[in-house]
Amino acid sequence: MPALFILFTRNILYAAFALMLTFLGVAGIFIFSGAEFVAITQILVYVGGILILIVFGVMLTNKVNGKNIVTPVYRQFLGIIIGGGFFLLFLKAIMQANFGAINWIAQSTENAPTSLKNLGLVLMTDYVLAFEVIGILLLIALIGAVYMAGAKRKEVQNAN
Amino acid sequence: MPIEHLLILGALLFCIGLIVVVTRKNAIAVLIGIELMLNAANINLVVFSQFDPNQLQGQIFVLFIITVAAAEAAVALAIVLKVFHYFKTADLDKINELKG
Repeated sequence: MPALFILFTRNILYAAFALMLTFLGVAGIFIFSGAEFVAITQILVYVGGILILIVFGVMLTNKVNGKNIVTPVYRQFLGIIIGGGFFLLFLKAIMQANFGAINWIAQSTENAPTSLKNLGLVLMTDYVLAFEVIGILLLIALIGAVYMAGAKRKEVQNAN
Repeated sequence: MPIEHLLILGALLFCIGLIVVVTRKNAIAVLIGIELMLNAANINLVVFSQFDPNQLQGQIFVLFIITVAAAEAAVALAIVLKVFHYFKTADLDKINELKG
């Protein structure tokens, strides 16, 4: 997985491009798990939106002087201890859990195809309140982001 | 595809994200680690959602997580831009005062 490359590279721009490969791989796993709409949304939002924002952020917040943009690795021992410990914990939990014995998993037919129509119906009936709230949240967050990133210009004009 | 393999993959992705968050000092590298951890959570939700084809709770939740992650990334990058404009650095250990 290219996620390991993010861990080992020091060039932050390469890390951003490896993040794109990771998102595409995760979208493939979504398709294998029978969630086509989520996979398409993942590609549209992450690869098309968030990754562009991150690359812009990388290019705007580093002093461009022809050198490679590197970020050093600090606290390496502590990070490996924490991450490896969490991974061993998760591994032990996953290995010990007997998922086949859970009732609603055992009763279901595995890999039943999800219909897009069903997803849309559920989204607009049972979850319509959460849908609207999430829309308002996204609107407020984007307006706030634009205001924060672009509010400096007027002060500069007033100062002159 | 057996469910344990996908869950282990999600755990691995989460731990890589955690290590990236802990060991990097650049603010954008920390953001990349947070996105990795959110993706690991999405993998787990989708994997468990395939046993529940009628209600689709897991997939709906993944859609909401993606939306909130988009909003979070936009706001965080705006903050990083302002902080870089003020401190002239994106190093998280050197940004230690609040008054702007």
